[in-house]
Amino acid sequence: MTLLEVRDLTVHHGQLKALDQVSFAVQAGEVYAIIGANGAGKSTLLRTISGLNQPTSGTITFDGKDVTRLRPERRATAGLGMVPEGRRLFPSLTLEENLRVGASYARPGHWNIERVYELFDWMRERRNQRTAQMSGGEQQAVAIGRALVANPRVLLVDELSLGLAPVVVQRIYAMLPQILATGITALIVEQDVSQALRVATHIHCLLEGRTTLQGTPADVTAAQVEAAYFGLAKQESLLWTGSTPLSRAC
Amino acid sequence: MDWVNAIIQGVLTGGLYALFACGLSLMFGVMKVVNLAHGDLAVVGGFIALGVIAVTHVPVLASFLIVVPLMAILGYVLQRTVIQAALNRSILTTLLVTFGLSVVIENGLLQFVNADYHSLGVNNVIVSGSFNVSSQIQLPYLLVLVFAVAVVVLLGLQYFLSRSRYGRMIRAVADDKEAAQLSGIDYRHVFGIAAAIAFATAALAGIAYGMYSTFDFTTGSDTILLFAFAAVVIGGLGSLWGTLVGGIVLGVAQEIGAQINTSDQLLAGYIVFLAVLVLRPQGLTARRA
Repeated sequence: MTLLEVRDLTVHHGQLKALDQVSFAVQAGEVYAIIGANGAGKSTLLRTISGLNQPTSGTITFDGKDVTRLRPERRATAGLGMVPEGRRLFPSLTLEENLRVGASYARPGHWNIERVYELFDWMRERRNQRTAQMSGGEQQAVAIGRALVANPRVLLVDELSLGLAPVVVQRIYAMLPQILATGITALIVEQDVSQALRVATHIHCLLEGRTTLQGTPADVTAAQVEAAYFGLAKQESLLWTGSTPLSRAC
Repeated sequence: MDWVNAIIQGVLTGGLYALFACGLSLMFGVMKVVNLAHGDLAVVGGFIALGVIAVTHVPVLASFLIVVPLMAILGYVLQRTVIQAALNRSILTTLLVTFGLSVVIENGLLQFVNADYHSLGVNNVIVSGSFNVSSQIQLPYLLVLVFAVAVVVLLGLQYFLSRSRYGRMIRAVADDKEAAQLSGIDYRHVFGIAAAIAFATAALAGIAYGMYSTFDFTTGSDTILLFAFAAVVIGGLGSLWGTLVGGIVLGVAQEIGAQINTSDQLLAGYIVFLAVLVLRPQGLTARRA
């Protein structure tokens, strides 16, 4: 079942075309990963799906309904949850208050504050601390918890690993199966290609706002990913096969 | 003893100034709107109270039961329409729009009410009586009452902001309104609620000022708004209890100025205001700049 569909989405930042005719469909239960270099338009795509940016043209369909002109808060209550880039916690609120705000208009479902405390067991004893004093990894966990308590059907996750130590990223990704097991579909944006290929059921590569590659991780070769990621012509990329950090990672 | 009396009067007057200031501070803290019509809205509250008392003959102290909800509704509506439309353009536009609102209100009052001075509860014992502590120290009932009201309003606001669901949403929206939207919160509605609270406190301030002194159509911008600004800046921008500290400092400075020379009353207040701006621009209660 197609849960989220983006069709011919074009988004401008002033004069700059950040996304150009991007289309894809996310099936229920998938982990759909958007990859691409800095400035490829990944975050713009997620912000447009959540309603924080307005598209110039194109449509966004969620659960069979056109949500392209819906306000962000209406999309959130309809079941589009988002963990924004840079975490965007409420710094003057405590950990628990951040979660309570996340649950303000929660849909019924598996997740509540207690279940988030079970997932991240360190949170319970630090529930009354302000999140500004926490480490990046801890803040990312709170941001995930804040999105989960609303019981989203699709969770948009923007640059989970940004600014975090690899070991912390691993720890957070290790929680992903438990989250998906509750029936959440994930659309993730990830700069770390090897991480994306490990967790995703489908990858979608953007380059300067355009789709350059789509497929399951099994379908695509490292060389294809590399070419799509950097925009190298086919023969050039062959020269580099096996010798770049990226292809080693793949 | 005159000095002791002056300081006590100043502290009590600080409660009135805190009432002027807390709504201004709340609107700035939550939506970054400097509401230049704040004082005029307090005066509107005073005029509505005059009307309510004239029509229903309720005692002045009961008039707030009608005036405060009316002003809260007006606050919500104005925020959702005029002020939100300005905010959608830019923060600077809100300055122009609230300034325009101030001009419109003053001229509207001149046009549809009159240019006379008015006051509330002239024959009420609350307005005229006082506790006689000694022959030199007298505590007017009204100032004691207003001070108590200010403290209750600030305590109530603090409790509301820290404990209630809507208070939490107000703080979340003040921190990051996009992140709040991602949690399903319509920040425009939350702004409306914050404005309703601010206007409600302005209404209380207007009634209190009408009993304390006299007001006409310009009192809002030439007295109430200025004292509110001074109290907010002295106390620290965005801090609720700072408005009480700022109000008290302003009140004491004015009373001390008046002791030196009656004509120095306002000047002394503004000298303290300027001194705080120069020496401690973050205000007396703010922890960081």
